[in-house]
Formats: sequence, structure tokens, C-alpha cells
Amino acid sequence: MDAFLDAFFNLDIMRQALPLLLKGAAMTLKLCAVVIGLGLAGGLALALATGARTRALRWPALGFIDLFRALPPLVLLVFVYSGLPFAGLRLSPFGAVAVAFLLNNSAYFAEIFRAGINSIPRGQMEAARATGLSRGQAMASVILPQAIRNVLPDLMSNVVEVVKLTSLASVVSLGELLYSANMARAVTYNSSPLILAAAMYLVVLWPLVRVISRFQRGLAIH
Amino acid sequence: MGFGTIFFNPDVIAQYLPAILGALWVTVWLSVVITATGLVLGAALAALRTTGLRVLAWPVILFADLLRALPPLVLILILYFGLPSLGLTLPALAVLWIVLSLVLAAFAEEIFWAGITALPRGQWEAGAATGLGRPAVLAHIIFPQALRMGIPSLVNRALTISKTTALGSVIGVKEVVSVAGSAQSTSGSATPLTMAALAYLVILVPAMIASRRIERRFAYQP
Amino acid sequence: MTASPPPMLEIVALEKRFGDNTVLRAIDLKVTKGELVFVIGPSGSGKSTMLRCCNRLEEPTGGAILVEGQPMLGIPQRMLDQMRLKVGMVFQGFNLYPHMSVQRNVMLAQMKALKRPRAEAARRALQELERVGLAHKAEAMPGSLSGGQQQRVAIARALALDPRVMLFDEPTSALDPELVGSVLQAMRELRERGMTMLVVSHEMAFARAAADRVVFMDGGVIVEQGTPDEIFGAPKSERLRAFLSRVQGEAA
Repeated sequence: MDAFLDAFFNLDIMRQALPLLLKGAAMTLKLCAVVIGLGLAGGLALALATGARTRALRWPALGFIDLFRALPPLVLLVFVYSGLPFAGLRLSPFGAVAVAFLLNNSAYFAEIFRAGINSIPRGQMEAARATGLSRGQAMASVILPQAIRNVLPDLMSNVVEVVKLTSLASVVSLGELLYSANMARAVTYNSSPLILAAAMYLVVLWPLVRVISRFQRGLAIH
Repeated sequence: MGFGTIFFNPDVIAQYLPAILGALWVTVWLSVVITATGLVLGAALAALRTTGLRVLAWPVILFADLLRALPPLVLILILYFGLPSLGLTLPALAVLWIVLSLVLAAFAEEIFWAGITALPRGQWEAGAATGLGRPAVLAHIIFPQALRMGIPSLVNRALTISKTTALGSVIGVKEVVSVAGSAQSTSGSATPLTMAALAYLVILVPAMIASRRIERRFAYQP
Repeated sequence: MTASPPPMLEIVALEKRFGDNTVLRAIDLKVTKGELVFVIGPSGSGKSTMLRCCNRLEEPTGGAILVEGQPMLGIPQRMLDQMRLKVGMVFQGFNLYPHMSVQRNVMLAQMKALKRPRAEAARRALQELERVGLAHKAEAMPGSLSGGQQQRVAIARALALDPRVMLFDEPTSALDPELVGSVLQAMRELRERGMTMLVVSHEMAFARAAADRVVFMDGGVIVEQGTPDEIFGAPKSERLRAFLSRVQGEAA
């Protein structure tokens, strides 16, 4: 038991690692803000494009969504970080992570928004258009508010996935939470910093996961 | 050097194709084994929860929450680097299998449970009234319906976890990303990374198209 | 002919095809100011499609639609949105916006399409709700209303935009029998205020009592039209006689 506590819950080591981990957590938050913020915006734009009248908008949007949902985010990240420099495009670790995860997550958010928009009965758009609203006005005032409410649990769920996803940035040595914790582990030969990092992820994500569970059950009963 | 030869160098393709295909095979069977383990475990956990006994239900809920909230890479690092200090060294492949199966089990448990709670009480009562015991009602009446309702979400989760096997590259599992990564550094070409991306697309795009079809088929409850 | 104002709504040689399937053929119909025209016919006769062509929820494949002499077809999108304000529509399924209060439902297009200030839109919404007897439900959400109440809100929503013509697409078909009366009452009052109305409905008794003219459609064409007395009392075509006896058989 002592060996276990010493290996995973060594408070001294945790205390030493804490400043480094907090710095890492700040980076994780920054990454999340960029990927979630731009991902939501990009996803919404893509979802609207898939509903456009012209094929020139619809098909590329659908292709984008399928392509970037099919590729594992790590593959995208390695490609952007290690592959693009061969073509003369060298991004900083933060830039590479942001670009790779944005491509991935705008596709995911788009698919969620799309499902939401498709869940609204045709009559809603018809009623809005019949009262003289333009397509854009009907989308903004009538369709999207309902669509977003319908897919709120899925949006939240994807936000959780983004936060978890940022841990992959450690692979390209971006100093986010998991990278910092793993550094501390390597230096101290002790896994306690990893447990501390896990605890920090839990503090943020556990409540969200709880809320999502409750949401989903509520919807299922409906 | 043109764009084509950077990302699609035929010599490099010829040289590394066997290795990438071998790695793709590892990715595929790992995905299959993880999916099978995760789904069975998830169903078992949901079954434990139906007993209504708190001693059984609470650990299940705790497990599902933790494994849904923690980034898989954190768990992989803890198991891979932490367990040896307790004198237990697991091969990388085993660590990947255990962690991803548990993660999938957590999601699957929630999906099954949402389906089970969505069923009207009358289903349990009808089963009991026709002389079936609780396990028989669960196995023959409740579970098949919960499974049917959960299929779209389960398929999505299984695809996601298959993509997550790419994390094996971090601890040296010889799957697509790690083989392509080392091929990239030995060949000094970005082509192996393109091959890795294409390898995933070859498997996942058909799978996603199939999953969309499944989603449409099971969209409405009977 | 030359001096008289154009009809409020004019349908000229309207045609609608879905692929090879022609659902409307050579439809000509004029609705003059203050007139209530009733369209009857078996399901699949094209009457709802015709109505939906009038504000281009359905895109006609031929012919013309004129509202107060102005064309609905072949105009830019922005102008179409303006023209649609002249044509109010009430749907079979109400189509209220479930995420907005009753009053907000009636205010939305006033503010966004007519650019009325919020306060004016709110006042006007209350006024229209009052007319259909639902001012006390202004703050309620549509989901908490009965079908009949929802349909009256939908009528108020259309009227708040000062339409020149009102289209009713089977406004009572989705209602429980005991709720039909309140909606018909609202339509009757609307008629008394001089609104021009084109109504697709199965309410034969209402047609008989309130319509100026009844149009019978079958197989995508207008088979016969006339006063209620002519249509119900002395049907000329075999198809109309068959339809009426079928409908009256059901009612009995």
C-alpha cells in the first residue's frame, strides 16, 4: 500500500510539480478557447453551407466534414506538424495543434449543427418564409435557436472531447497540461504528477460529464 | 521538388507500402478487439446497474464518469509508466487494449443505460407477469430494445475508439501512426504520413458511410 | 374591364410538375377584393399545391401569379420577401415557433421583415391576439395551448403583417372536432372585416354558409366553380356529384 501511495500519490512531488502543471493548464485552456471558439463558428458555417442551394457550396462542405471526421486527430496533427514543413510550411507547435484540431473539430461541430437543423420540421421554415422573412432571417430567428437547443447535449459532449483532445498536443511537445505532467514524471521518476494532471482534468470535466448524462436521460425519457 | 513528390513520392510509397499495410492490419484488429471487449463490458456494467442495488450501481456510475471525463492518453501514460513502479510491467499493446476497452465500456454503459431507462415500466412488468425471472426479462426483453435504440451512438463510439488507437504510437505500439512516423524520419519524406492518412480513410470512410445508413435506419424507435 | 382595379389575387395558366408527374394543369382563378373563395376536392387533387404556389412555398413550373396586379414569379429574392408580406398564410399544422412566447411569435416578422419598432410590434401583436380572443395567452408558450388556440395565434401572426390576401391550407384538419368552431369563428370575423381569403378546407357546412364562391378541383384541374348554392345544390359534373355524395356519406 505504501509503495502504491508513494508511486501515485506522493504529495511532496505533487507540490513540487504544481507550478509547472498550472502553467500547463493555462496552455490547455488557451488551446481549448481557440479550438472551441473557432470550431463552433467554423462548424456552424459548414453546416449552413451543407444546406445551401448551390452544389458548389454543398459538396465541398460535405466532403470537408467527412474527410476530417474520418481522420484521427493525431494523424492530422502529425501531418500538419511534421508533414507540412516538407512543403515549406512550418508552424509552431501551438499553430500546428490549433490548425489540426480546428480542422477536426469544425467538422464534428458541423455534423452536430447539421443534425440539429435537420431535426426541425419543414413547416417552421415555411411559416417563416411565408411571413416575409428571408432565408437568413428565418435561419437565425426560427431554425437555429431550436436546432441548437435540440443538440445542446451533443455540443457539450463535443466540448468535453475537445478538452480531452488537447492532451494530444503533448506529442508535439506543446507545453500543455499533460506534457508538463509527463515532464515532471520523467524528471522525478514518479507518476504522481500524472495523477495530479488527471485530477485537474476531472475538476473541469466531471461536472460536465454529469450534466450531459442527466441531459441524455431526460431526452431519452421524452 | 513538386507538391506531388513531397506527399506522393512513388519510390517511397513502394518502399514503405508493406510496412504501412502491416501496421494497418494491427490498427484494424486492435480496433476490433477493443470494440468487442468494450461493448461486452459496457453491457455487463449496465446490467449490474439494473439491479438497483446501490453498492453495485454507484461504482458503475463512478467508473463511467471517470473514464468519460479523463483523456485516454492520461490513462495510457499512468498505466504504462506508473505500473512498473509497483513491479507490474505491461506490454504497450496490453496497456492500449485495456485503456481503450475501458473507455469504450464507460460510454457503452451510458448508452445502454439511457436505452434501458427509456423503456416503459410496462416492459419489465409484462415480462414478470409472463413468469420470466429478472435476468430473463433483462436478456430477452429489455436488453434487445436498449441495444436497438443505442445502435447509432454505439457505432459512433466504436468508430471514435478505433481512431483513438493512434495513441498507441505514443508508447510504441506498431500501428499506422508510429510506423508512418518512423518511416517519415528514416526516409526524410512526408509521403509516409500521406500514406497513413490514406490508410485510415480507406477503412473509415466506408465505415462512416455505413454508420450514416445505420443511423437513418434506427433513427426512429419502433 | 379597363377601369376596374386588378383582382386581389390572380392565378393564370398555373402549371406544376414534379418530374413527369403533372399535379396542376392550366389553373385560372381570380379572387377579387373582399371575396372568400373556397376550394374543395378529393385529397391529391392539387388544391394544397395550388395554394402553396400562391406564395411560392411551392415553385410553379408554368403560368403566373399576380397579387394586386404585381407578379410573384420571376422576381428577385428580396422582392419576393416583400410580396410574401402581402399574402398571409395559415397552415394545417399551425407551425408556430415553439421556442418563442405567443406574443413573440406574432412580433417576429413584424420586426424583421416589416422593420417595425419593437414597441409597436408588441402593441400590434396584443391587438391581433385580442381579436382572436387570446390576449391573455400572450406570455404563454405555444406548446401549452390547445390546437384551436394555436391556430388562432397563427391567424394573428399572419394578420399582424397587414396582408392583402389570406391563404388557409386546411386550417381545421388537424384539430379535434370540438376545437374547430373557434377557428371558423375567427375566419368568419375576418371575412366580415372585408379580408380577401382563399381557403382550402373540408368544412363543407362552413363553405356553404360563408363562401362567396366555391371551386371544385380534381386531378390537378378546376372542374367546376360557382356560388355555394350552385355547387352544393346543383352540381353539373359527374365528378363533383360523386365527390359530394362521398363527403356527405361520411358526414352522415
